[in-house]
Formats: sequence, C-alpha cells, structure tokens
Amino acid sequence: MPTSNDALVMDEGKIDRTLTRMAHEILEKNRDLESLVLVGIRSRGVPLAERLALKIREIENVSIPVGVLDITLYRDDATTIGPHALLKATHIHFPIDGKKIILVDDVLFTGRTIRAALDGIIDFGRPSCIQLAVLVDRGHRELPIRADYVGKNLPTAREESVEVHLKEEDGRDEVHIVREGTTSRKAEGGSKRA
Amino acid sequence: MTPEAGFRLRHKHLLGIEPLESDEIRLILDTAESFLEISKRPIKKVPTLRGRTIVNLFMEPSTRTRSSFEIAQKRLSADSLNLAASSSSVSKGESLVDTARNLEAMAPDVIVLRHPAAGAPHLLSKVCRASIVNAGDGAHEHPTQALLDAFTMRQKKGRIEGLEVAIVGDLLHSRVVRSNIFLLRKLGAKVRVSGPPTLVPPGLEKLDVAVETQMDAALEGADVVMMLRVQKERMVHGAFPSLREYFHLYGLTFERLRQAKPDAIVMHPGPMNRGVEIAADVADGSTSVILEQVTNGVAVRMAVLYLLSGGAVGELAA
Repeated sequence: MPTSNDALVMDEGKIDRTLTRMAHEILEKNRDLESLVLVGIRSRGVPLAERLALKIREIENVSIPVGVLDITLYRDDATTIGPHALLKATHIHFPIDGKKIILVDDVLFTGRTIRAALDGIIDFGRPSCIQLAVLVDRGHRELPIRADYVGKNLPTAREESVEVHLKEEDGRDEVHIVREGTTSRKAEGGSKRA
Repeated sequence: MTPEAGFRLRHKHLLGIEPLESDEIRLILDTAESFLEISKRPIKKVPTLRGRTIVNLFMEPSTRTRSSFEIAQKRLSADSLNLAASSSSVSKGESLVDTARNLEAMAPDVIVLRHPAAGAPHLLSKVCRASIVNAGDGAHEHPTQALLDAFTMRQKKGRIEGLEVAIVGDLLHSRVVRSNIFLLRKLGAKVRVSGPPTLVPPGLEKLDVAVETQMDAALEGADVVMMLRVQKERMVHGAFPSLREYFHLYGLTFERLRQAKPDAIVMHPGPMNRGVEIAADVADGSTSVILEQVTNGVAVRMAVLYLLSGGAVGELAA
C-alpha cells in the first residue's frame, strides 16, 4: 500500500535488467559451470535463484540446479523471540561436496540470515566455495559478511525497511523503501530483514 | 486463520489434544513436514535448541516413546537427561511434586513426562516453570501419539477431514484412543470404535464417535484401521476369556480387513501383540504403515519441542 513515506526504488523492468546483469557477472566469475549450483534462501531468495538459473540457461544453454534453504532452524534468535514464520522444508536434492554454491537472497542487511544460511549449507556437505548474490544491499552489517554480486546498493536509515515484492510470492515485481510505522506488511523477519 | 497468527502455539505446555484448537494441531503437523527432511540428511542435526535442557521423566516403562523423544531432542541439539522410575528416588518413595521441584532447581526448559496416573502432567505444569510435554498419563491422553497418527494419515491419504477411521481394541485402558478421538473429531474425521464390551469405557459415545460391538461393523468402508494393543499388564481380572478368543473376535486378519476400503491403511501404536490384536501377516503387509508411524514420530516430536521452545508464548494452558 503506497503511502507518502513509501518510495519505489526498483520496478519490474529494472529488477529484470539487474538480474540479467547479475547472471552475466556470475558466468564471468565462474567459468566451470559443471560444479555451479544456486541455493535460494526462503522465501524470496528462492524465486530469485530460479530466475537467475533461467537467465544462465538463456545465455549459456546450461541448466544449473537450484536448491531451497529454510534457515529458520539456524537463526541465532530462534528460541529467544520464537518462530518468525511457518517452518518450511529445505530441498537440496543434489550432493554439494566440491560444488561452487551461489547463495541467493533478496536483501542483505545485518548479515545474520547469511550467517545462518552458511551453517545450514555446511550441514549438507563441504562445498568448494560459497558466493553470495543479493538483489539489494542496504548496509548496516552486524557481522563480517559481504556479497559477491549485488543488484543494487541502497543506502538506508536503520529505521527504514526495504520491501521486496516478487511476482511468484506477491503478484508484482517491486522494491520499496518504507519508513517504519507506515509499512503495509511490516517486515517481520524472514527474508525482509536479511 | 491469518498468516501471521498461524505459526505459534497458544500454549506453553502440551498436556493433551483436548485443549488444542484445530489450527494449532495443523501448525504442529505442518511444522513436522519440515522436520521429516532433517532425518533424511547425512548430518541429522540442526542447532535450533542448542543450550536448552530437556528432562525425560518416565515413571512407566517405555521404549518407543522415550527413544523417539530422545532422538528428536538430539537432532535439535538440545541437552537431554533421562530419568526412569526404577533408577530414581521415586523408587525410594519421593512424591512426583518433590521430584519435579528438585528437577526444577536444575532449570530444565522442558520436562517430558510419562506417568501411570491421569493428570500427572497437569499437576507438574502448576508447580514447574518448564514446559511440560505429556508423553502418556494413565488412560487419559497421549498427545504426541495422536499427532504422529494424524501426520501419518495425512501423509497417506492427503487429508484428515472426511476420513472414516476405525479404532479397534482395548478402549478402556487406552490413552491413545482418547487423544486420537479428540484430534480426529477436531479435524473433521469420522471415528468408529469397537472392542469387547468389558473394555469399552462408559460414556465413550459422548465423544461423538460410533461405538460398535461387532468389529466388522466398525471396519466397514473405513479408510484407516487403527488397532490398539491389548494391555495385558493392566488387566486386573479377566476382561475376556482368553487371548485366543480375543483374536477370534477382535483380531485384525486380511479376511476382516476386506470390510474396509480396498486402499485402507493399517496402523498400530505399538508395541504389537502379534496373533492377539493383529495377525502377523497383516502387521507386515503392504497396507501396514506401522513402521512409518515410528519414523514420523520423531519428526512430530521435533515439531512439538521446537514450537514449545519458541520463547515467550502467551497464556498458560489450563
């Protein structure tokens, strides 16, 4: 719900062009596509990982496997503030030993989600390396974590929140900056506060 | 159900199925789906309950339930402690409340209690700060068993609502049947029960189930056939003349199973008395889901412990 404190920063075309560029960057950096896999972090990292896989297929005609990671059980606040969202399953149906994993999420914020995701991935095996791709980096890191591929660097104030809407989850492709208190769906954790 | 409200339990304890709302039951079952996957990983462990202490207080013998809870706790990285009646001060005459207060002094987060007396977990929930999980109290309730049964039914049949469920056996001593009836009725299944008249508790029909004396009548057209164990250790005096006669009248054979739907599944909470309530070939047959119940039990108990350990929850259970 747009309000006066709600700014649209990316629309459908911009998100699509950004993902195309990120796909090219991923291909530029990883010449060995045999060992490349994408893992999306629930919830909005998953459609982003699928879109990147589609773009890589369009460019190189290679299918990259896509896994789904739910980091709820690895959160550092899982038992202090309780469940954030309905726990959903992790689906990584391919061996990850020796693979190059590109972890995909919508917003990089404190880095805590990524910390949890790294723990989650490592419980599935020993990848040769893990890289991080995010649609938006909004700053305010609390851990020494950085992204390898960034769609858009978005300077924000801490009290603002970044809302990513994707067609697969929300029916439309948009990124907004929302001033706290006016948000239509308060970022209650999950991928929103990454 | 709003999406935001649907991911927390409104209770601090799991004392039974009766106090739960249907959306809470669905939440536990949905959460358990995700935990099923963890048991298939090479590293079957997540760090979620790291640093949490769980006491398994078993005042009655149990292998399946206790080991299932124990594995669930280990896979969630909780620290667990097992106390059995035979090896504790209970055998020296300590009362349940005193045992609980002493345990409480060691600050456990969850106490899983199996007790021969109905209501023991409720008593404990009033004197302890820890969350209490009822792992079977007398002939009252066994909520995690009913949850794993429902989970298995949903997995095999795709739904609970509208299922015809036949429960056959010793209804008098069974806590499993009571929890199952509460759960299945709350989720919209129809329940018929059958057993020797001496083992049917009076007033059972008030729980909105059909009570049939003839086993065949209960089985007719059923989607699920759940057999209950004949609890020989609880039979004070002859409720029926002989085990052979029991098998003749209430034992599940392939012959009898023909009354149920062709795709009916056969369940049993274990431990089984082969040749008493269930024929060995039925127990091992393709329609039997008895071992899947055991597998699912771990995932369901992980879900319960996870949801109860989710920090501050609102009201306390009555």
